[in-house]
Amino acid sequence: MTNKTPDFAELSRALKAGEVSSRELTEDCLQRIEKTDPQINAFISVTPELALEAADAADKKIAEGSAGPLTGIPMAHKDIFCAEGTRTTVGSKMLENFVSPYDSTVVRNLKDAGMVCVGKTNMDEFAMGSSNETSYFGAVKNPWDTERSPGGSSGGSAAAVAAGLVPATTGTDTGGSIRQPAALTGLTGLKPTYGRVSRYGMVAFASSLDQAGTFTRSAADAALMIEAMAGFDERDSTCAEVAVPDYSATLNDSLQGKTIGVPKEFFDEGLDAESREAIETALKQFEDFGASVREVTLPNLGMSVPVYYIVAPAECSSNLSRFDGVRFGYRTEQSGDLAEMYTNTRSEAFGDEVKRRIMTGAYVLSAGYYDAYYLQAQKVRQLISDDLAKCFEDVDVIMGPTTPTPAFKIGEKVDDPVQMYLNDIYTIAANLAGLPAASIPCGLSQGLPVGLQLIGPQFAEGRLLNFAHQYQQATDWHSQTPPLFDPTRVGGAS
Amino acid sequence: MSWEVVIGLEIHCQLATKSKIFSGASTAFGAEPNTQACLVDLGYPGVLPVLNKDVVSMAVKFGLAVDAEITRRSVFARKNYFYPDLPKGYQISQFELPIVGPGHLKIRLDDGTEKTVGVTRAHLEEDAGKSLHENFTDRTGIDLNRAGTPLLEIVSDPDMRSAQEAVAYMRKIHQIVRYLGISDGNMQEGSFRCDANVSVRPLGQEELGTRTELKNINSFRFVEKAINFEIERQIDLIEDGGKVVQETRLYDPDNDETRSMRSKEEANDYRYFPDPDLLPVVIDDDYIDAIRAGLPELPEAKGERFAANFGLKPVQVESLVGDVDLADYFEAVVGDGADPRQAANYVLGDLTGALNKDSLDVSDSKVSPGQLAGLIKRIMDNTISGKIAKDVFDAMWNEGGDADAIIDAKGLKQITDTGAIEAAVDQVIADNPGQVEEFRGGKEKVLGFFVGQVMKATQGKANPGQVNQMLREKLKG
Repeated sequence: MTNKTPDFAELSRALKAGEVSSRELTEDCLQRIEKTDPQINAFISVTPELALEAADAADKKIAEGSAGPLTGIPMAHKDIFCAEGTRTTVGSKMLENFVSPYDSTVVRNLKDAGMVCVGKTNMDEFAMGSSNETSYFGAVKNPWDTERSPGGSSGGSAAAVAAGLVPATTGTDTGGSIRQPAALTGLTGLKPTYGRVSRYGMVAFASSLDQAGTFTRSAADAALMIEAMAGFDERDSTCAEVAVPDYSATLNDSLQGKTIGVPKEFFDEGLDAESREAIETALKQFEDFGASVREVTLPNLGMSVPVYYIVAPAECSSNLSRFDGVRFGYRTEQSGDLAEMYTNTRSEAFGDEVKRRIMTGAYVLSAGYYDAYYLQAQKVRQLISDDLAKCFEDVDVIMGPTTPTPAFKIGEKVDDPVQMYLNDIYTIAANLAGLPAASIPCGLSQGLPVGLQLIGPQFAEGRLLNFAHQYQQATDWHSQTPPLFDPTRVGGAS
Repeated sequence: MSWEVVIGLEIHCQLATKSKIFSGASTAFGAEPNTQACLVDLGYPGVLPVLNKDVVSMAVKFGLAVDAEITRRSVFARKNYFYPDLPKGYQISQFELPIVGPGHLKIRLDDGTEKTVGVTRAHLEEDAGKSLHENFTDRTGIDLNRAGTPLLEIVSDPDMRSAQEAVAYMRKIHQIVRYLGISDGNMQEGSFRCDANVSVRPLGQEELGTRTELKNINSFRFVEKAINFEIERQIDLIEDGGKVVQETRLYDPDNDETRSMRSKEEANDYRYFPDPDLLPVVIDDDYIDAIRAGLPELPEAKGERFAANFGLKPVQVESLVGDVDLADYFEAVVGDGADPRQAANYVLGDLTGALNKDSLDVSDSKVSPGQLAGLIKRIMDNTISGKIAKDVFDAMWNEGGDADAIIDAKGLKQITDTGAIEAAVDQVIADNPGQVEEFRGGKEKVLGFFVGQVMKATQGKANPGQVNQMLREKLKG
């Protein structure tokens, strides 16, 4: 094997050819985690026994000839997905010892596809954060520079793949929580259309925005993984009854004659100059494929952060009410009466950012403020959706930067929530409109990865993956690995 | 000063689904605590609600029955508050867009007149669990079996002017949901309960007085008592120079009084907002038409039909259609060939008496409609007298068996043989010369004495009509 990271197709070929077993791949991942994770803190739980059991089952399937394209490939789940018999902490003290009695649909689907889960990755508490610093289990470090944040909230999932600990991870994206960390760690991150992947068993942050997706090196890998994760689930009423296409089949479609819209609002003064350069170079690359690039406008984009910070906290304030110390999770030792039990349980087990959002959410929903905040935010949300829909009348894909800057330093923004929130200025619109969006690496700024964001119309995941794959066929940015880790390649020689 | 009472009711009616409104767990009553609560009911991290579609058709049935607007796009909302028996920290309900909009129904008042009461709305929601305070020291037990049970909350306009009217309205709603088969209406098990909003104002005043809300009343009798207590309390308070405070009060049936639970100031801000986990419920005309076509006959229509087809008295009709099971029983008796008037007399008389005595619902009757029809047919064909029939009914109820078998076994067959009756009549006339004189002297009432004596002599088996006629002829001399 080359010292390039093998993609799923190569891993699957090697597994089926008997060049390597799933057990070997899994043991290799477990060793990497043991050796390297203390430096980056990407994992909350590692489950070697369950992993090796699953690997052996995969090897059996491979031997029987009934293996699929993902059978035997190791991965890890963001610790927001319930997995039966496994601790699911959501990065919070509240669920530090919560062992889920059931599998989320995402976990179940990838298990059924034969992927081998080696553990659960670190994340901002209840997915609330853009730097992974709100995790009760400590900040995750960016493998490109361990003084920097890998982004959040799926920071552990991003860092784990970037550092070569596992070939792929799942994440969730409520306002950019897959795309932003993917950008800051040089990975391909895909957030599908709202309703494309079931939310059942995914601990809710903001129900109307949350969507599960993937971290992989390449778009080709993401295509395989999303295909296995997606699909209708009767246990999630918001899950779409739309057939899942063969995403791999359209990866090589020609981009000749396609149109790319570039919102002028994405290129504001907040955008780092080197990042802008990388994005512009990437756009030229797409022109070389025969696609045309045109400027579009999203007049209400500036409202997306304020709207998001009304809608998401409103939903979270209600979603997190169930963590009351009565039935599961943390319960205070100090409870003289019921009110005290509630107050102390929640005061002691929720972190500051979670509390801030619960309070904001309760405020915007309260009598007398509902119309001015929540209702108004829903109206503006519709306008932002309409802006995007209008763009897609003329263009196939929208492109721009994923984040204003490359990875920032741990501690740099943690005391300034507004600065932190602005990190998601380019990503939030896709969540508000429920659209599929991806981030792919497209260059470096100050030696750190820069992400190119792709946004498509509803259920156009295949189109995004097609654009991304074409780009990755012609460029090498997705194969760049953090020099610090120079990871020994999975399945290869050191 | 004269006072006018203003009452509105919020009735919580448990819908008769097999599984819960947002999960597959069973709704059966009386299971061991927490054995009928699945992960969704327990509000586990990551679980999601999925609407049980049966509740939609049930709510629409109710809406059509009270001539209400059916909302084409209704929305589930979260009502947020913390309580240990509320697992998610919010109740899924409907707020701004309930499935059933304004409607109305008619109630009959004590003076026989009818009054129209407005139904403001009816919305779907999930029930909470139960807090158990008994059998726990310094602790509260939580039973979540009831959590997620489907409820239809039916809100009336403030149209009732007395406790009696409120009860008549509540009975009417009870009757309708039982007819529709959307609720068992079982008040002991809490399947049908109400909150009453009560206020008083000086007669003639337009503006409403300050209201209090009486919570969770679970019998018709308690509704009446609670409201009457509250009316008196409010009037006394105002007449003594005080003011009614807007608050929630609890009725205590043991002491027949209402007690303050919490005032408006302490009331929760429920922070309602549309539940993002559930899609709006969209209903089209075809759906409504299909449900309308499948609606069962409702009390009014049934009453009109009974009156027209069976020649019953209005009071009998009202009693029969009051309970759908009783009405069905009656129709089954008639359907088996019994005379409708006899059937009504028996159903409302002996049968109802026997059911009450044994505390049974008509659906658990020990005498089937077919058996009762068999008995009535024997009266109709003069096999037995009405008086003997009562004994036969008692035997059927207590010992079981068909009328014919009991009549045969006990030798109760009526004597229609003229010779045998004549012999008894002659004997009685011969034995009572004094009374014969009285009758002949114009004292007609004595005839009853003779009839009684003849019936006694024949152990009640003589045909009373025949006896009567024969006595008259013979006594005339």
